[in-house]
Amino acid sequence: LFPQAHRMFAQSSRNSASPMLLLVLLGCVLCPPAQASKSSEDIRCKCICPPYRNISGHIYNKNVSQKDCNCLHVVEPMPVPGNDVEAYCLLCECKYEERSTTTIKVIIIIYLSVVGALLLYMAFLVLVDPLIRKPDPYTQPLHNEEDSEDTRSLAAAPTLAGARANTVLERVEGAQQRWKRQVQEQRKTVFDRHKMLS
Amino acid sequence: MDQKGYRRGSFQSGTSDEDMLEIAGASVDSSTEDDDPPLDREMGGFSSYNGRGMNGTSTMMDFLEEPLPGVGTYEDFNTIDWVREKSRDRDRHREITNRSKESTWALLHSVSDAFSGWLLMLLIGLLAGSLAGLIDISAHWMTDLKEGVCLAGFWFNHEHCCWKSNTTFTDRDKCPEWKSWSQLIIGHGEGAFAYILNYFMYVIWALMFSLLAVLLVKGFAPYACGSGIPEIKTILSGFIIRGYLGKWTLVIKTITLVLAVSSGLSLGKEGPLVHVACCCGNILCHLFTKYRKNEAKRREVLSAAAAAGVSVAFGAPIGGVLFSLEEVSYYFPLKTLWRSFFAALVAAFTLRSINPFGNSRLVLFYVEFHMPWHLLELVPFILLGIFGGLWGAFFIRSNIAWCRRRKTTRLGKYPVLEVFVVTAITAVLAFPNEYTRMSTSELISELFNDCGILDSSKLCEYVNDFNSTKGDDLPDRAAGPGVYTAMWQLALALIMKVFITIFTFGMKVPSGLFIPSMAVGAIAGRLLGVAVEQLAFYHHDWAIFSGWCSPGADCITPGLYAMVGAAACLGGVTRMTVSLVVIMFELTGGLEYIVPLMAAAMTSKWVADAIGREGIYDAHIRLNGYPFLEAKEEFSHKTRAMDVMRPRKNDPPLTVITQDGMTVEDVETIVTSTTYSGYPVVVSRVSQRLVGFVLRRDLIISIENARKKQDGIVSTSFICFTDYCPSLPPSSPSVLKLRSILDLSPFTVTDETPMEIVVDIFRKLGLRQCLVTHNGKLLGIITKKDVLKHIAQMANQDPDSILFN
Repeated sequence: LFPQAHRMFAQSSRNSASPMLLLVLLGCVLCPPAQASKSSEDIRCKCICPPYRNISGHIYNKNVSQKDCNCLHVVEPMPVPGNDVEAYCLLCECKYEERSTTTIKVIIIIYLSVVGALLLYMAFLVLVDPLIRKPDPYTQPLHNEEDSEDTRSLAAAPTLAGARANTVLERVEGAQQRWKRQVQEQRKTVFDRHKMLS
Repeated sequence: MDQKGYRRGSFQSGTSDEDMLEIAGASVDSSTEDDDPPLDREMGGFSSYNGRGMNGTSTMMDFLEEPLPGVGTYEDFNTIDWVREKSRDRDRHREITNRSKESTWALLHSVSDAFSGWLLMLLIGLLAGSLAGLIDISAHWMTDLKEGVCLAGFWFNHEHCCWKSNTTFTDRDKCPEWKSWSQLIIGHGEGAFAYILNYFMYVIWALMFSLLAVLLVKGFAPYACGSGIPEIKTILSGFIIRGYLGKWTLVIKTITLVLAVSSGLSLGKEGPLVHVACCCGNILCHLFTKYRKNEAKRREVLSAAAAAGVSVAFGAPIGGVLFSLEEVSYYFPLKTLWRSFFAALVAAFTLRSINPFGNSRLVLFYVEFHMPWHLLELVPFILLGIFGGLWGAFFIRSNIAWCRRRKTTRLGKYPVLEVFVVTAITAVLAFPNEYTRMSTSELISELFNDCGILDSSKLCEYVNDFNSTKGDDLPDRAAGPGVYTAMWQLALALIMKVFITIFTFGMKVPSGLFIPSMAVGAIAGRLLGVAVEQLAFYHHDWAIFSGWCSPGADCITPGLYAMVGAAACLGGVTRMTVSLVVIMFELTGGLEYIVPLMAAAMTSKWVADAIGREGIYDAHIRLNGYPFLEAKEEFSHKTRAMDVMRPRKNDPPLTVITQDGMTVEDVETIVTSTTYSGYPVVVSRVSQRLVGFVLRRDLIISIENARKKQDGIVSTSFICFTDYCPSLPPSSPSVLKLRSILDLSPFTVTDETPMEIVVDIFRKLGLRQCLVTHNGKLLGIITKKDVLKHIAQMANQDPDSILFN
C-alpha cells in the first residue's frame, strides 16, 4: 500500500503545483476583504427625502453606525419645523450601506497587473522571441501555420539536440514549446477549420 | 441494469446513494495536464484497481498486471466509455472499503476518500465565487471608464466615486470627484464640443477593450471565445475536448470577459461564468486522485461547478442547481444534486462576502417590491409570453444563419476585423441614446424598478398630485413628458438590441446571451406596462378596469411587466422552464409573482417550440456537429438495428481480430490500414462468435510498449487474448498476452432490435459503440456517430454535418 500511496502523492503533488498557485492567488484575493477593517470612509447612512410641500428633494449622507441610521440622526439641518418632523421623516428612506475600498483597490490592481503581464508576454512572443531563438526555420511564430507536418518535424528537431532536457530553463522551454503547439492547434480548430465554436 | 464489471463477474455494489441513473466506475484517466501526449508522460503512481489478484491464473510473464500508462485513456475529440469509467470507480471504491478494515491508515484513507468530494465542492465554490467577484468589480469599473475617471482614486467607478459626497436629489450622478473625459480634457462638460469629445472617447475606449479582448483570445486561448455552454453540454455528455477547461482558458476567459462586457457590446456574462466555473472545477479536480483519474466522476463535479457558476451569476443557488440539471448536465445522479447545491451556496456566500455591489446584494438587478397583481393582468402577461416566444424563435433562426455564414464563407477569416466593426457599430449607435449607453445590467435594474416618490429618473417622471400622496404608495398617475421621452428612447433601444445581438452572439470574444435577452424582454415589458398603466388611468371607467382599479389606487406595476417580459424572452431563447422561473423568483425574493412568471414562461416556450424545435444551445450544438445525443422518442419510419449498422450490404465485411492465431504484424497491419476506433475480437473467423472488444488506442500502446520493453516480442509473435494461451514449440517467439486490455463485456443487440431502443440504450448507458449479433454470431457494429447520422437523416437534415467521432 505504501509505495502506491507514495507514488500517488508524488504524482498528485507534481500535478497540483499549478492548482496550488491558483489557490495561493485565491488566498490573496480573499485575504484583503477578510482583513479589511472598516475605515471611516467605508460606511455611510444614506437618507433620501422626497420633495415635501415647498421643500425640494434632498439626499443626506452621514457616517454613522447602523443603529443610528435613521432620519432623526442623519437629516441635518432639519428643513421643517418641529411639529412636521415626523411627517417629513415618514417620507424619507434611510439605508445603511457599507463597502470595502481596500477590496476594490486590490482587485482592480490585480486585474490590471494580469492584463499588463499578458500584454507584455504577447509582445515578447511576437517580437522578441523569434529573435532570440535560433534564427533558422525552427522558429515557430505565433501566427497560423497551415502545414502541421512541418511544425511537428520542426518541433521534434530541437528536442533531439543535446542530452535530456533536465535543467530548469530547458524544461521551461520544453513546456513553452508544448503550450505553443497546443495553442496553435486550438487556433486552427477554431479560427481556420471552424470545427468548433463558430 | 446489471453492470458486468470490466474484468470480473457482476457484483452489486452495496454502497448506496447511487441511484437509477448512476453508473459509477473508477478508471485510468488521461487528461491530467492538457498538453502532454500520454505516450511521453510519466504516469507512475497508478495502482491497478482492476486486476490484482483476481486475474487469470496464468503464470506467464504477465507484465500487464499493472496497466500501462496511456491504456484506458482517450484521444482528443472522442467520447468516453461511461460504462468502463463507472465500473472502474466502483472497483476502486470497493477496494478501498475492503482495505479499510486492515489498518487505521487505510481507514483514514477511506474516510478521506469519502470526504474528498465535499472538500472539492467547497474549493470550487470558493474559487468560483472569488472569480465572479473579481469579474463583477472589474467590469463595473471598466464600464464606467468609458465615460470618465475618478480623481479620488482611479480604481473607483462612478457610483463609488460619488459615495462620500453629497449629491442632489435630481442629479444623482454628479459629484465633483468624478470627471467625464471632456471635463478632464477641455475643462468643462457642457456644449456641443464636449459632447462630441465624450462620444469620441467612448467609442475609442470601446474599440480598445474589444480589440484587446479578441487579441488575447486569439493569442493565448482560442477556446475561450463564445458562450461555452454548448461545448460544456457536449463535454458533460462524454465528449473530450482537451484544453477547453484548462488553466489558460480560465485566465483568458476571465480577463477577456471583463473586457468584452465593458466594451459596451450587447452581450452578458452569465454563460461565460458557467464556463469559468467549470474550468475551476476541472482544475481543482487534479488535486484529488479520485476525480483526476476518472472521467465519469469528473463530469459529476463539472455539473456541480456549472450550478455554482449560474448561482453566482444570478445570486440564485437553487436556480443554479436546476439550470445545471435541466440545461447542462447529461447524467445527474441524486448525489450530485446535494453536492451541487452545496457548491452553489458556498459560491454565493463567497461572492456576498466580497460584496461587489455594496449593500450585500449579489446581483445588480435585485428587486424588492411586493405589489399585488390582478388576474386580469394575465392577458398582457400572456401577450408578453407570445412576444418572448416569437422573438426567441426569430433570434435563433437569424443567429444560426449568421453563424453558419461565419463558418462557411470568407467572413470567418477576419475575426479581429469582425469584432472591430461590430464594436464600432454598437458604440456609435449606443452613445446617443442614454438607455443603450448605460450598461445592460443597469438598464435592466432601472426597468425592473418600481417608481416611488424617491425616484427621480426620467422613467419615473409622472405628473404628481401631492394632495393624494400617502407615504410611498403612489397611485397610478398620468405620464409626464419625461415618461414619453423615455418610451420612445426605449423603443429605439429595443430595436437596436434586437438586431445587434444577432451579430454579437458567437463572435470570437466571450459572449453570453442571458442579459441581452432579458434586456429585450424587460424593455418590451416596461413599454407594455406603462401602456396598460396609462390605459387604466385614463379609462378607469371601462368595464375591465372599474372592478379593481379605482382612481387613486396603485394597481399596475410596470416593473412587474418588465420582469415578466425578461423571463418570457429568456425562456423563448433558451427554452428553460423550471430553472427560469426559480431564478426569477429568487431574484425577486418572493413567491407572489410565480403565476405571472410561469404563465409567461410556458406561453413563450409553447410559441417558440411551435416555430422551431431547438433552443439556442442545442441549435449551436447541431451547427457545430458535436456528437450530442438527445433523447429521441420515435422516428417517422420503423428502422431496425441492421439498417443502421456497419458494414452495410455492399461494404467489405467487418474487420475483426481473432482471439489467438494472429501475429503482431497482422494486427499492426489491420490497425494501420483502417481508422476504426475499436475492433471486435472473435473466437475464429469461421464461427464469428464474440469474445470481446478491444480499443485501437489500447492496442497501439500495448504493442508499442511490448516491442520496447518485453523480451522476445517481434513481428511474428502471436497475440493471445485468452486466459490460457496455446503452447507453442520452444523455438517460436514468445506470445504477447493482451487479455488485460480486452473488454469482455461489450454491449450487443440483435439485428432486429428497433432503432428507438438502440438509441435509448446509447443515451442511457452512454455507449460509444454497440455490437450487432444475429443468431448469436457477430454481424456488425453500430457506433454513436452512426446513430447521430441516422437521426439526422430521419429528420431530413444533413448527416455529413456530424463532424466528430
